[in-house]
Amino acid sequence: MTPATATLPPERPVFDRVRRLFGSQEAVLFLALILLFTIVGSYNERYVADRNLSSIFLGNAYIAVAAIGMSMVIISGNIDISVGSLIGVLATISGTLAVEGYGIVTAWVVPIICSVVFTSITGALVAYLRMPAIVVTLGMLSILKGGLISVTDGAWINNLPEGYGLAQLKPLGIPMPIYFMVVLTILAALWMRYTAAGRAIYAVGGNPEAARLSGISRERTIMMVFAVHGVFTGIAAVLFATQFQTIQSTVPPNLELIIITASVVGGVSILGGTGTVIGSTLAAILLAAIGSALIFIDVSAYWLRAVQGVLILLTVLADLERRRRQRKAL
Amino acid sequence: MTDATISTGQRLRRSLGSHEAILFVILVIALIVLDQLTDRFFTTSNLLNQGRLMTEVALVALPMTYIIITGGIDLSVGSTLGLCAIVLGVTWQNVGLPLELAVVVALATGALAGFMNGWFITRVRVPPLIMTLATLALYRGLAEGISEARSVRGYPEGFYILGQGEVLGVPTQLWILLVAMIVFWVVLEKTTFGRALYAIGHNETAARFSGIPVDRIKLIIYTASGLMAGLSAVIFVSRVTTTRSDMGTGLELDVIAAVVLGGTSIFGGVGTITGTIIGFVLIQLLKNGLALTGVKGDATIIVIGSVLILSILITTLLERRRSRD
Repeated sequence: MTPATATLPPERPVFDRVRRLFGSQEAVLFLALILLFTIVGSYNERYVADRNLSSIFLGNAYIAVAAIGMSMVIISGNIDISVGSLIGVLATISGTLAVEGYGIVTAWVVPIICSVVFTSITGALVAYLRMPAIVVTLGMLSILKGGLISVTDGAWINNLPEGYGLAQLKPLGIPMPIYFMVVLTILAALWMRYTAAGRAIYAVGGNPEAARLSGISRERTIMMVFAVHGVFTGIAAVLFATQFQTIQSTVPPNLELIIITASVVGGVSILGGTGTVIGSTLAAILLAAIGSALIFIDVSAYWLRAVQGVLILLTVLADLERRRRQRKAL
Repeated sequence: MTDATISTGQRLRRSLGSHEAILFVILVIALIVLDQLTDRFFTTSNLLNQGRLMTEVALVALPMTYIIITGGIDLSVGSTLGLCAIVLGVTWQNVGLPLELAVVVALATGALAGFMNGWFITRVRVPPLIMTLATLALYRGLAEGISEARSVRGYPEGFYILGQGEVLGVPTQLWILLVAMIVFWVVLEKTTFGRALYAIGHNETAARFSGIPVDRIKLIIYTASGLMAGLSAVIFVSRVTTTRSDMGTGLELDVIAAVVLGGTSIFGGVGTITGTIIGFVLIQLLKNGLALTGVKGDATIIVIGSVLILSILITTLLERRRSRD
């Protein structure tokens, strides 16, 4: 990674590729995850026991799913800070439909449709009226949060019907949310890498002027990104709503920050144009695994957030340093 | 680009004037409507009391205006407030410092927290949004860790003058806010430091090349943001007579809403202290007026969200029409 490597003879493509692989944020996160499981696991075996691993993955898969959509939004040069409130509202809609007897499939599908409609409104304001996304979604956050609490008073939704618990299913012994997380991450990664529409997201976020000159419509791309983001948010909300026997109809505190943090730690540049959803999914798992690890190495619960904060900062600094070196090596 | 005859400065001033004018009209309409709906709204005691409740957000909104003008953001202010409140309580009760000294330590903690943001943003070039997102978690975490979820109560009676007392019939903290508003207004409007903030927000590279000490200025405004969050913390503790680690949660969104509502562009380069003042006054009066007319507390934030989106929407549309002419 020294500047000298730039003069490497071109006949060593394998070496080059390996080097590039380990220079990626995804590889760094993956190694960090392996190291974490090995070190903490050898200190306390219960950390890598099935039960704990499944609670790490199961309890946070919906965050990873939401972070996929968020990553797309951030890569396109925008942001959505209303996502936590939206998930709260959608979970309540889903639970209410189920309890009122509209059928389980309706309770799973309608929130996703509502989600797309809602994020499309946000997308239209951002794309066609050129309002800054952070301002629009800040307003939406207030509207959703205020609306939810004033309608429901934060009541618990109980007596969910039999079979509603999508996130509690375990086909082949593996919890359902993990299937969703893995399949959606792969699909999204392939879509963003190999289709024109997916590439357009990077183009619009990285260099809007160049994108325009090459015939990519900024408006249509941003509109599409927000609509797709709505699909992922909707699925995340259904996974969130169906994980327990009961749903509290409030906005999960700080959820938007957790989701944005997963995207950013996953290597998505807040300035737009770079990052992958594989990184954001790995980061969502890593953040959850760190939180869990701290308990197993006897860090006082009161200090959890502080340690997490330091780790987020370190990840960001490591990522900046890596990018700087790569730029030098070019 | 279409109207080359008009200088950027002129166009900016016009768009700014219009945003403030729109806000002012909204404010007046809101006041009239709320006055019609309830006779408890337009009373001196109610309005002064609202000023009391508004001060914590308002104090932090002033430096936030500077930061957003330079194209930055500070999401950590709510957590900084929580951390400073805890530091105040712990240094007074557990360490046993005199309360005056504990207040100084709390303010210094705020300034240090802001300085750390500014240092990483300017020296390591971490984007402000990410840096302050990380310290949002970190500072709140420190507050939780130091306090171990214990609250501090039983401050001496004299301390409550700051948050609950009055000077010349006006709540004490409103005098502090008044001084802060004047200082922040004068610095932004009348000094080269203020002009430099706009220059950085417009074009940071150009500002650097014209010899503006960009990094030093940024370091100062982020430190100021932390310091004001510390000041808010002290007033907050004095007002509610207790210290808890979750104080100021979500403050950053209220502050940013006030600043943006006041016409400061999130892209940088545009904004005024006057606009921010109208912004936080409007938000507080809407909250209060709606609550008095029987709207539940949580429903009032729907109105604030809508006003935020509408005011930016109207400005954007007007701006567009003007640039088309």
